[in-house]
Amino acid sequence: MKILIRNGRVVDPASGRDEAADVAIAAGRIVAIGKVPADFAPDRTIEADGCVVAPGLVDLAARLKEPGPGALESELAAAAAGGVTSLVCPPDMDPPLDEPGLVDMLKFRARKLSRCRLFPLGALTQGLAGAEITEMMALTDAGCVGFSQAEATMRDNLTLLRAMQYASTRGYAVWLRPKDPSLSGGVAASGAVATRLGLSGVPVASETIAIHTIVELVRQTVARVHFCRLSSAAGVELVRRAKAEGLPVTADVSINSLHLTDVDIGYFNSDMRLTPPLRQGKDRDALRAGLADGTIDALVSDHTPVGHDDKMLPFGEATPGATGLELLLSLALKWGNESRLTLAQSLARVTSDPVRVLGEALGSLGQSAGRLVEGGVADVCVFDPQAEWQVTPEALHSRGKHTPFDAASTGTRMPGRVRHTLVAGTLAWSAATEANAA
Amino acid sequence: MLARRNPQLNAHGELIHLLSIEGLPRAVLTQILDTAGTFLSVNDRDVKKVPLLRGKSVFNLFFENSTRTRTTFEIAAKRLSADVINLDIAKSSASKGESLLDTIANLSAMHADMFVVRHSESGAPYLIARHCAPHVHVVNAGDGRHAHPTQGLLDMYTIRHYKKSFNELTVAVVGDIVHSRVARSDIHALTTLGVPEIRAVGPKTLVPGDLRDMGVRVCHDMREGVKDADVVIMLRLQNERMSGAMLPSAGEYFKSFGLTEDILALAKPDVIVMHPGPINRGVEIDSRVADGSHSVILPQVTFGIAVRMAVMSILAGNDA
Amino acid sequence: MTNLSLDAEQLYAELRAGVGRLLTPDTVLVGIWSGGAWLAQRLNADLKTGHPVGTISSTLHRDDFGARGLGATEAATELPFEIDGARILLVDDVIASGRTIRAVVNELFDYGRPASVELAVLVDRGGRELPVAPVFAAAKLTLPAHQRLSLAREADGRFTFAVKETT
Repeated sequence: MKILIRNGRVVDPASGRDEAADVAIAAGRIVAIGKVPADFAPDRTIEADGCVVAPGLVDLAARLKEPGPGALESELAAAAAGGVTSLVCPPDMDPPLDEPGLVDMLKFRARKLSRCRLFPLGALTQGLAGAEITEMMALTDAGCVGFSQAEATMRDNLTLLRAMQYASTRGYAVWLRPKDPSLSGGVAASGAVATRLGLSGVPVASETIAIHTIVELVRQTVARVHFCRLSSAAGVELVRRAKAEGLPVTADVSINSLHLTDVDIGYFNSDMRLTPPLRQGKDRDALRAGLADGTIDALVSDHTPVGHDDKMLPFGEATPGATGLELLLSLALKWGNESRLTLAQSLARVTSDPVRVLGEALGSLGQSAGRLVEGGVADVCVFDPQAEWQVTPEALHSRGKHTPFDAASTGTRMPGRVRHTLVAGTLAWSAATEANAA
Repeated sequence: MLARRNPQLNAHGELIHLLSIEGLPRAVLTQILDTAGTFLSVNDRDVKKVPLLRGKSVFNLFFENSTRTRTTFEIAAKRLSADVINLDIAKSSASKGESLLDTIANLSAMHADMFVVRHSESGAPYLIARHCAPHVHVVNAGDGRHAHPTQGLLDMYTIRHYKKSFNELTVAVVGDIVHSRVARSDIHALTTLGVPEIRAVGPKTLVPGDLRDMGVRVCHDMREGVKDADVVIMLRLQNERMSGAMLPSAGEYFKSFGLTEDILALAKPDVIVMHPGPINRGVEIDSRVADGSHSVILPQVTFGIAVRMAVMSILAGNDA
Repeated sequence: MTNLSLDAEQLYAELRAGVGRLLTPDTVLVGIWSGGAWLAQRLNADLKTGHPVGTISSTLHRDDFGARGLGATEAATELPFEIDGARILLVDDVIASGRTIRAVVNELFDYGRPASVELAVLVDRGGRELPVAPVFAAAKLTLPAHQRLSLAREADGRFTFAVKETT
């Protein structure tokens, strides 16, 4: 199908382009940006007046609650509604993604839905039990872009060392949540709020001890490591130093840690029950600065749909996690506005930079994913940067209706609204169709 | 964050739930203490009953066992002529997997007017207050480590009874403060009522430095902590602290943080010694001090009934 | 009824005369908080009853608890004598519906079984809703329902009356 996106402002962080231009798409690829041939006869025209035409978002952390009827369908629909065209999902499904057959099946089903590209992380160890490593080569052939323990821990440092050594044989990336197994049992971040509310705390040391350990092992193995969900100022500083040393590490931060602190727990609001836990103001400031200066490479949604019953429990018993796919763009823009960055700079952290983190794992797709380039894949997000909205659970496409940014909790005003999302040149989602269907 | 009204107060600033001392204005605390005085006299009459809660049903929901606390709430409710139903949830539906909110909904369908709740998770009473019917009042009888507001209030009543004014007191709270909901409620009440010097005394594992954020002076030396104190509140040391690798033994704890007559001699001559009970003789407190002339531990129990009667009658008289 | 000027001191003089005629050697005076209590205290001194004076509050037995809540906490019942077998004369400043008296009698019976209970008031403004009657009233008058009559005591002990509009 031939599509013409007309009168939009094209912003492509990778090339630095930020100008009014039309975009012509055919056979799943971008054929022209700007000088569209006069004989280009589109089957469909998208009017993008007042809108930004950006690369489709690349979300490095979105959990899909498989199995479960409709889970893949609803969550990929949520991704499309959020302007996300590629997402990386962690291996902690049921069963965990430790076998190539499971990965094949998942990718097959996602391809059929044509809503969003799915890049799974394979389990680093069998059953995520932290003991025996998985068949990383077979899993990579099946489509895994890296290996992770999700929230589970390794049996001991020796096992982690061996896993990293094996992964680095072929240059596979190991994605690790920096948390010390015995120090991370608390339900909130250690500090004045947890003390006052009588909630068991997770000290910053849980994150920093883990980062120190992992960095030591990177020095030894030269394995490529991606730090998932930094939460503290001290953690950011350790990653900064590791990068300065030239170690092959990258890092991300979640939309929750970027915008909220432990004070937002309020009167034990279980929507704030998250892992990693929300830390203090100075940690949030350091995370924001770290994302701005590139110490932290990517902003992720950390999308984790949690059922209503699992949140309607006392704080410590509630399941941690929040929905996020539909909030990623707005929260990236909000951070960018507040940090006085250009649109290209804030969009980079959810488009071209995540692609850079994935590196060779994306194969040839890596040359054009996360960017708008002639000849490249037509993964596009058209959004209205001036629109403002508030989150209401019923309006979310995800089955996970719980988010700390709920209008009823924090009442956050979300800047930017997705109007159209295209994946491989097909319209994966359109606000107009939504409105008609409603 | 959105400015949210304290869920304990209605739009007129009146108390509709008692969940925690935090966030309650001084006037509300004072109202409760003053009302408790009225109820103390009821306990001395021939007819120890007044009809204020007649026809109301008070449900004691204890998800965590406690015969003492439950009994004092039961006595208080009955002296107000309420019908009292005791539910030991540990033995019943929750252990069959029924969720907390389902339990509340079922009980509300039985027309409960007031829930007195004790739960092992901090914050559980807030969840209940958010989801129960509008006319139902929730009283927190202890949630995890977070709060035990009626204990805090009766401790304040005790202090006011013996010391008259809060304005120039030095109060030492001794023991396992980090795990204690009583300590948190006492500290919030003392700061709200204007006590100028509050000391948290104990070893670093039980009295960590970040308690300073609550407005207390942290002391790791018992002699320093008790010196010139007007009030000493001793907290119970639980056995789990030994097995949790926080303390080596009860013996060593008693040697360094036990309240003995020698230590008590460092406080002011008219010092009062308090304890929420039950006391561990020889672990946190010497028998001679617990039974001595400075001890007001038994009067605390009497005041506790009056304070709970005050809380329940104030709540019952306020609309959501 | 338009302008009302009540001379509380004059009415007190009448009350004192009326109560004086009712007293027996055993009678104890119990004043209903707050106006009645002030009256009873002064009567007890002026009439030299030889007994201590009691104060009683209706707070704990009121029938409007559900609507009004507990109300004043300073009101307290203090009865420094044996109630069993006592001859009690209740004193109040104003009687209207009679509900306060009902509550006060219930309160009294929590303490024991009196031999007899009588009531003397400064002003009976009518509007009775219960079968309660004072044995002596210094003045009888009618006031519109939206006006409240309240007794005040000056620093020097003199009584004054004020008529307030209730909102």
